[in-house]
Amino acid sequence: MPNNKKMYDKGKVIAGLCIFVVMITFPFWYNLGKAAPAPEPKLTGKAAEAGQQCVESKEYMKAEHMQILNDWRDTVVRDAKRIYVNSTGKKFEMSLSNTCLDCHTEKAEFCDKCHNYASVSPYCWDCHVDPKEEM
Amino acid sequence: MESGRRSFLKIAGLSALGIGAKPVLDVLASSEPGATSKPETMKGKDVLTAKRWALVVDTRKIESEEDLEPMIEICDKIHNVPKFENKRHEIKWIWMEEFKHAFPTQEHEFLDERVEHLPFLTLCNHCEKPACVRACPTKATFKRQDGIVLMDFHRCIGCRFCMAACPYGSRSFNFRDPRPFIKEINPKFPTRTKGVVEKCNFCAERLAVGKIPACVEVSNGALIFGDLDDPESEVRETLRTNYTIRRKPALGAGPSIFYIV
Amino acid sequence: MLEKALTGSKRYYGWMAALLAVIGVGFACYLWQYSFGLGITGMSRDVSWGFYIAQFTFLVGVAASAVMVVLPYYLHNYKAFGRITILGEFLAVASVTMCVLFIFVDLGQPTRVVNVLLHPTPNSVLFWDMIVLNGYLLLNIVIAWKVLEAERNDVAPPGWLKPFIYISIPWAVSIHTVTAYLYCGLPGRGFWLTAILAPRFLSSAFAAGPALLILLCMIVRKFTRFDPGKEQIQSLAKVVAYAITVNVFFFLCEVFVVFYSRIPEHMDHLTYLFVGLHGHGVLVPWMWASMILMVVSIILLVNPITRKNETVLIVACITVFVGTWIDKGLGMISGGFVPSPLHHVNEYVPTVPEVLIALGIWAIGFLVLTVLYKIGVTIKEEIAGLA
Repeated sequence: MPNNKKMYDKGKVIAGLCIFVVMITFPFWYNLGKAAPAPEPKLTGKAAEAGQQCVESKEYMKAEHMQILNDWRDTVVRDAKRIYVNSTGKKFEMSLSNTCLDCHTEKAEFCDKCHNYASVSPYCWDCHVDPKEEM
Repeated sequence: MESGRRSFLKIAGLSALGIGAKPVLDVLASSEPGATSKPETMKGKDVLTAKRWALVVDTRKIESEEDLEPMIEICDKIHNVPKFENKRHEIKWIWMEEFKHAFPTQEHEFLDERVEHLPFLTLCNHCEKPACVRACPTKATFKRQDGIVLMDFHRCIGCRFCMAACPYGSRSFNFRDPRPFIKEINPKFPTRTKGVVEKCNFCAERLAVGKIPACVEVSNGALIFGDLDDPESEVRETLRTNYTIRRKPALGAGPSIFYIV
Repeated sequence: MLEKALTGSKRYYGWMAALLAVIGVGFACYLWQYSFGLGITGMSRDVSWGFYIAQFTFLVGVAASAVMVVLPYYLHNYKAFGRITILGEFLAVASVTMCVLFIFVDLGQPTRVVNVLLHPTPNSVLFWDMIVLNGYLLLNIVIAWKVLEAERNDVAPPGWLKPFIYISIPWAVSIHTVTAYLYCGLPGRGFWLTAILAPRFLSSAFAAGPALLILLCMIVRKFTRFDPGKEQIQSLAKVVAYAITVNVFFFLCEVFVVFYSRIPEHMDHLTYLFVGLHGHGVLVPWMWASMILMVVSIILLVNPITRKNETVLIVACITVFVGTWIDKGLGMISGGFVPSPLHHVNEYVPTVPEVLIALGIWAIGFLVLTVLYKIGVTIKEEIAGLA
């Protein structure tokens, strides 16, 4: 009848657990004091002039720009509709390269700043052209 | 400690579910952000619409390759079609073929000399009953309401079933990243990336802003573009008064490209 | 029961290490393909499917062949096959696993494969192929596991398993029929647009699969203490004999239809494969080898004297397997794509990295097979008191 109360290989188990805890908390104690500051995307070109007047409000764009781009691509490609009427009735052409980047001219200062910080690499740029790059 | 371990795992599993429930519920609850009404989208005011876009190629107006080259070049240019040295990887949206290749079921030993050596413009036929659309497992290739067979490059998984299905060999696959092989990128139109299939899109992006396809624009009247469904259109008039042939008609695909030979 | 796969003889570990090495090489090549694109393969604009899809097509057939063991045992009470149903079902699991992997490595955008589930498209045969293949995989895993577990505990398998076993029989036929339907419904590909493609796929499958199963049974007999049985192997051999004969007959039907009617478009594909077209004929020696192998195997298998001789049987099974592999794995794909719909002849030859990736996947399949067979055979040894 095996002893239900004794811990077998106590030394090895506790040693293994300690190593595990150290490894799993590695990102925290290694980066102590090195926290990168939150990114500040810069508005340039027409975006800076237009003030805070993007396709939708700043808060909405911050939270929803991924969903908006998703919806735009399905609407443009599949429904053949290219004009977006925003919540204030203003019309925009639904295009990443020709509308979004027309105002937000510096992809590196705007898009990439937050994306790099959050370690997000959207594959939009595999196909969609950054007009700045081609000039 | 058999049962002890089992009940530990059961409790751990339930706890994980319980702890995981809140974040999931939060995400579900917040799926309606500020905007309560669905934003409106619409077509541009200049858009060219149709029920069934079609093209007539009047080969009587074409004498040699030089006449066709501008049409091919403009398409390649505005659509960022890459040029590969390696013929296996070539990407073609619109190109030239001899009669015996474009119309293999209609060639014979005694073809008249003009037709035998004439270059024929070859492109996607935007069929009425496209085999590629039927084959695509994700609807990445689909038939739009205006008759154009279009590619959704975002959804394509690169299975190439559409390429096997196409009876006309109109489709090309990106075997590698095309960007280094595009001479001059047109920033107004996206490139494609490796791993997706592409083909002629009947200049859908131009039709949306009221322009006819680029190849038609530079064709000097050799290409006639219009709506088959509109009896008053130029295509219908041309088809009424000229004998035309289509590629592989017996297959029933219903190609929308007609050739006056 | 999984723990049975973790211990074994030195030879067992050696075999697993060798498989892992081949898998490693294949995986490294795949990483290269993933970053560069499918351009590292020999595929082209005209031959847009190649070695990967060919292996997938062949292996769907091998997977379907489990039904040749399941059907006689469960539907017709052929008790002898009870000894080897597990072996057939485990072979099906390993084969379908390879099929799924071959499709995955063939995709241009593999990370988007979920789109097939997110945007179901019932008019696409590929959609159904995904459903039936994964369903078959699940069926065989559950059935084989439960039956093995029951055998080990010396009880009958649970009652709810019976309907699944019965479903697996038509399901096995369906997986290969649906795979054939991928090809035979395409209007532009005359070589595949034939009603006999699905029957031919099935006959070739029921030859290749049981032939491989015979070879595996003999390996199991040689290296373990479990003997699948002489009668079982002979019954399987009879199945292979009929299947390979039917397969060659179906092929000759195709040859007649094409060459008696003399329709140029239809003749071109077979001409390309067996004679060459416009100076291109890289597959010609392969196709003739395949024909000769299949005819030789018919002679060896139909004749009871040669069939009963197990050494000759081994040779016959190898010729069946290789012959059908060339026929389906090389000839069928290239034959359909060459000449192209525009009547251009651009040949396809797989590249080295492409073959290495394919070998890596075959090695994964054999790894899965070895693990499952180790478990199954060890348990059968225990039951027989031979452990």
